[in-house]
Amino acid sequence: MSEVLMDMQNLAKHFTLAVNFLGKPTAVLKAVDDVSFSITKGEAFGLVGESGCGKTTLGKILVNLYSPTSGKIFFAGKDLTVLNAEQRRAYCKDIQMIFQDPYASLNPKMTIGDIIAEPIIINRLLPKSQVEERVIYLLNCVGLARHQRNRYPHEFSGGQRQRVGIARALAVEPKLIVCDEPVSALDVSIQAQVLNLLDDLQAEFGLTYLFIAHGLNVVKHISDRVGVMYLGKLVEIAPKRELYANPLHPYTQALLSAIPVINPAKKKERIILQGDVPSPINPPAGCRFCSRCFKELQQCQLNAPLLQEVAPEHWVACHLFGAVKA
Amino acid sequence: MKLKQISPLDKNLLQAAEYVEKPESQLRAMWDTLRQNKAAVVGLFIIGCLVLIALTVWLSELLGKQILPYDPNYSDMSKSFVWPNATHWFGTDQLGRDLFSRILDGTKISLFVGVAAVALSLTVGVILGAIAGYRGGRTDAVIMRLMDMMLAIPSILLAIAFMAAFGKGLDKAIFAIGLVSIPEYARIVRGSILAVKENDYVQAAKIIGNRPRRIIRKHILPNVISVIVVRATLGISTAVLDTAALGFLGLGVQPPFAEWGDMLGRARGFIFTAPYTLIFPGIAITITVLAFNLLGDGLRDALDPKSRIK
Repeated sequence: MSEVLMDMQNLAKHFTLAVNFLGKPTAVLKAVDDVSFSITKGEAFGLVGESGCGKTTLGKILVNLYSPTSGKIFFAGKDLTVLNAEQRRAYCKDIQMIFQDPYASLNPKMTIGDIIAEPIIINRLLPKSQVEERVIYLLNCVGLARHQRNRYPHEFSGGQRQRVGIARALAVEPKLIVCDEPVSALDVSIQAQVLNLLDDLQAEFGLTYLFIAHGLNVVKHISDRVGVMYLGKLVEIAPKRELYANPLHPYTQALLSAIPVINPAKKKERIILQGDVPSPINPPAGCRFCSRCFKELQQCQLNAPLLQEVAPEHWVACHLFGAVKA
Repeated sequence: MKLKQISPLDKNLLQAAEYVEKPESQLRAMWDTLRQNKAAVVGLFIIGCLVLIALTVWLSELLGKQILPYDPNYSDMSKSFVWPNATHWFGTDQLGRDLFSRILDGTKISLFVGVAAVALSLTVGVILGAIAGYRGGRTDAVIMRLMDMMLAIPSILLAIAFMAAFGKGLDKAIFAIGLVSIPEYARIVRGSILAVKENDYVQAAKIIGNRPRRIIRKHILPNVISVIVVRATLGISTAVLDTAALGFLGLGVQPPFAEWGDMLGRARGFIFTAPYTLIFPGIAITITVLAFNLLGDGLRDALDPKSRIK
């Protein structure tokens, strides 16, 4: 196994929603709760889960938009959580992000060339005379033309804007790029283009991706390993092939059954989950999925299952597999 | 495994002589829309005339040359209350001063006080509003409650209290008028920043390593500037009106200098015998205020990209 680039240990992010008159929190939203996993250099790690499960919050912790409530983040062996603001900023250029909404992620008052040049200039990566050359190079890398350099974002389509966002992230030569649902705001035909572009760029620049998505179909295209999140917890991690061939956690099975099948003759068993996602402010005791699980055991409501390796590199947090050491 | 660096630039690719388009000028687009609005163009034209008058009068005064038909402060009691005629277009006041000259002379004071007061309140208001909006939390609460306290007192009353405490005069009038409108700008800027701050591009700016001050300057303020420009234009008209109000109350510019509000205030006893002594300064105030309001409304439409004409 190759080198670990980013290692998260017991990462948690809690948002205090209400406090009593003594300033003691009365309602806490546990957006990310005790999540541990690592990302290997050069891989694309897919993170899936439905809306509100905390996957975007996790991504924002990694790029320093949120600071974690507890837990540790080791990036290339260095603990990022103990750094002060100024030291932490130095790591900005190693971890970048591609946003979900290409219409909101570009400053409407800047030309796309200036948007791409900004990270190079403020991090002083190149002498001023070479910045322009670099911007044109980056534009070409993402499939945009030199003559578009001085256009404003509103002159571009969604897919083209997303390319600008990708070029901005690439500008600082990052080691890890957090892709926060980069294609979910795009048309299906454009989705494929952008995914292929991300694939090509990964091969060319040796990038590592944390690829966040809400469905398993997009992740299937690009990821090497996949993690499934539910209500702030990781429930399953496995290499892509293994996960798609042999999903263990009932939630993963339900997610997989939701991918539409192209062949209409092929009937597929569809698992339809009952009920809604419980509120993350007041999650169920024990296993968080137990309120909707179709394979619920007695102990599921009592204690939370731990993430265990049940097959080589296949981790799952479910009482169906192995006994809990509580 | 070692990370591959981004490969050296492909020179051929770069030298493929492609032209680079000129950036579309945002000012140009704004002007094109503003031009379509007849009322705004009229407002702009009037403001242009007023500025021209003010500058000419000021320059001629500076050079010691008389460009106005009469010395605005020269009184000739034998000619008091002359009705408008060919020699005194707007007539003369109770001290026999030529009203036409005085009104032209007053333009420079009204415009100067208006612009200076707005500049003052704009600077302080934008800074306070930006800090409050960006930092949020306790800083926001302290600044905005302070602004609320100022807003709770009617602004003209606050200005009068200020003038009473610090004395009369042009500089104090500017300060008083500027001070009382700070909360308005602070609130508008804070509100706009709260809205803009939520955009992903502000988060993106943070991720690429921007410091907060640069984020505000480069990414947030340019996106709220249109709101500020519109507000400032409308603010000048309010400031002109406030100046006149202070002058009317005898708290603004002190005699013998010509100031429209002061002229109104001193002539109000003669409203039935010599109405022209009030009508002309009143018209001057009205036209100035109207011009800035028309321009402000036009700017609001021109700066809104949704209503912009392609």
